[in-house]
Amino acid sequence: MTEEIIIAGFGGQGVLSMGKILAYAGLMEGKEVTWMPAYGPEQRGGTANVTVIVSDAPVSSPILSSYDTAIVLNQPSLEKFEPKVKPGGVIIYDGYGINEPPTRKDIDIYRIDAMDAAAEMNLIKTFNMIVLGGLLKIHPVVGIESVLAALRKTLPERHHHLIPKNEEAIRKGMEIIRKL
Amino acid sequence: MTREEIIEKGQVVYKKPVLLNDTPMHYCPGCSHGVVHKLVSEVIEEMGMTDKTIAISPVGCAVFAYKYIDVDWQEAAHGRAPALASATKRLWPDRLVFTYQGDGDLACIGTAETIHALNRAENITIIFINNAIYGMTGGQMAPTTLLGMKTATCPYGREVKLHGYPLKITEIAATLDGTCYVTRQAVHTVAAINRAKKAIRKAFEYSMQGKGSNLVEIVSTCNSGWKMSPEKANKWMEENMFEFYHLGDLKDTGAVK
Amino acid sequence: MADQEITLMKGNEAIAHAAIRCGCDGYFGYPITPQSEVLETLAEQKPWETTGMVVLQAESEVSSINMVYGGACTGKKVMTSSSSPGVSLMQEGISYMAGAELPALIVNVMRGGPGLGTIQPSQSDYFQACKGGGHGDYHLIVLAPASVQEMADFVDLAFTLAFRYRNPAMILADGAIGQMMEKVVLPPFKPRRTEEEIIRECPWATTGRIGGRKPNIITSLELRSEEMEVINLRIQAKYREIEAKEVRYEEFMLDDAEYAIVAFGSAARIAKKSIEIARSQGIKVGLLRPITLWPFPTEEVKRLAGKVKGILSLEINAGQMVEDIRLAVEGKVPVRHFGRLGGIIPDPDEVVEVLKSSF
Repeated sequence: MTEEIIIAGFGGQGVLSMGKILAYAGLMEGKEVTWMPAYGPEQRGGTANVTVIVSDAPVSSPILSSYDTAIVLNQPSLEKFEPKVKPGGVIIYDGYGINEPPTRKDIDIYRIDAMDAAAEMNLIKTFNMIVLGGLLKIHPVVGIESVLAALRKTLPERHHHLIPKNEEAIRKGMEIIRKL
Repeated sequence: MTREEIIEKGQVVYKKPVLLNDTPMHYCPGCSHGVVHKLVSEVIEEMGMTDKTIAISPVGCAVFAYKYIDVDWQEAAHGRAPALASATKRLWPDRLVFTYQGDGDLACIGTAETIHALNRAENITIIFINNAIYGMTGGQMAPTTLLGMKTATCPYGREVKLHGYPLKITEIAATLDGTCYVTRQAVHTVAAINRAKKAIRKAFEYSMQGKGSNLVEIVSTCNSGWKMSPEKANKWMEENMFEFYHLGDLKDTGAVK
Repeated sequence: MADQEITLMKGNEAIAHAAIRCGCDGYFGYPITPQSEVLETLAEQKPWETTGMVVLQAESEVSSINMVYGGACTGKKVMTSSSSPGVSLMQEGISYMAGAELPALIVNVMRGGPGLGTIQPSQSDYFQACKGGGHGDYHLIVLAPASVQEMADFVDLAFTLAFRYRNPAMILADGAIGQMMEKVVLPPFKPRRTEEEIIRECPWATTGRIGGRKPNIITSLELRSEEMEVINLRIQAKYREIEAKEVRYEEFMLDDAEYAIVAFGSAARIAKKSIEIARSQGIKVGLLRPITLWPFPTEEVKRLAGKVKGILSLEINAGQMVEDIRLAVEGKVPVRHFGRLGGIIPDPDEVVEVLKSSF
């Protein structure tokens, strides 16, 4: 199993940290992982994206031309990455950030209204965890227990009290993701 | 009469420090470097630091200082001696670490290294020979060349419009919080030599006591570069250099800390 | 952190952790993207409170490398890291260290140039790293990591080689390897050498004349040409020995290969993906990955030329290593170069297309 994922959106949406949690969870399951960010000033306000590969075998290139799954959280990211999803692959997009939804017929398209849900739950900062929950629902790349363990590993101790909120967000994402 | 015969007869009235070896110096007759080398050697010996001294030589006339003073030496790239000294002292905190630099090396190409090492309060001493000229390369203008002074690259005399002003880097050093002892000395008379030696000793002591960085400027002559006899050069220095580069301590916070 | 713990981190962070763990005595550096995490991680880890390692942010790369020069003179294990423009500034100090025959580690996490260029990954400092980037006839020992694990592993290896040959060593990485996170097993803790050990193991070092030994002088200066030639010849003989003993490389799917890609660092990772794709299309291609860029695996490339129909040099630059490949191949088979510039990384599909159209 090799899962090649691109996560893309605006800087500040938690794109990089979502990728990191996913990679860390993969690591905790003994898988091979790479996390390759498009780094630089793009992180601040512009578009941010990260390629995450989770695999049973050693990962060759951390940089890819096409992806199994694209998680796109704004319009420019959708335009950039929709053509790069492999036939039969998956796009997950957030309804809030995208006015013109994906049109390809040869891939599975999922919508998750994560931003709306985060606002409703008054948990804006867990937006990315809601999206991650959506991914795990349709594509259990890693187990939710591994994600929670990854959170415990990567969050500083003073933020550990937020882990239940993150779990809540992940479960919310699993609940609200829907196929189009 | 050989040296041994004189010593046997108990006629020794002056002895050079053991650390100053017998290698004939390449310095021009009348140059201040030899005197300062002797003072540095004496102070290291008197402090009992012969086996614990690491010195850094510059690019300039004193590049070969390592041939004359028998301590461990690192020969730095032009201007970079304070960077070498910073690392050396931090890695070997109980060693006596000093640099020996000229005005071109310290106040021109190495200004950044000098200012920042001093301001980081590195526990080192910088011995700064200021003769207002590039000696080794044949007498070109230095950052410390006085206005009106003629050199190979300002043959009609240094003028503000063309070359800007001479740099008083020692005054700048005295304003830095990292410096402990900043002084300007000379070695043109016996009294001056004695004062300069005390200054070097104080700087070395402070550096070993962890009191911060220390700068000892020695206003010097370069009779070859200045194209004067040693005697005239000394006189010219007193009349012109001292007027711009005032002798004396600029800062001493070591005693109160 | 326990020994042998598997963790996820960036290549730059791995460099910092590995430095602390392999008994590094001092790090001197200056911030520059995309390698600032090295100094940041060290500052956060505070090794001066644990192993006693010195960490200092210098006023410039010029100063950093000269701090490394000073520290190396004293026999300590010292290092710096930077990215391309900063490493250009360091060339003076690196040349002095090569001339004075000093062991030290320089890490270059390359970004695209020339000039201020871009902060994105590149491999365009191959010439600078491998051909003696400063003045004079000299070489660095150059290691090219292709994973975060190798970033960690090569720190100790670089120090070992640097001290074995009294020669500066460089880890030549790029922004991709520096910035990406991967699984890494950090090396076990090795204590810093004691001062007594350093004095014993490095009798040449300027540690002070402990025991009244004669003075040690570290210099690259010798004004007598006859003497300077002797020094140069001795250094060259050392380089020949390194070339004979220290070549390192990896082979991937070369056994039945009709074509070969030669690539290092992150380009080699891309090449592996391209090879997977090409083989699925029936093209028999393999990879030779130089791990030491200097000494270059000349003999191995030469052997390869006797076996395959063509060689593609995949580099993230305009064609630098390809010159060394061509020297090794001696015209026996066609050698092509493909690279992207300015911080663009070639993607695996386009490499496959280049393979198809090149031979």
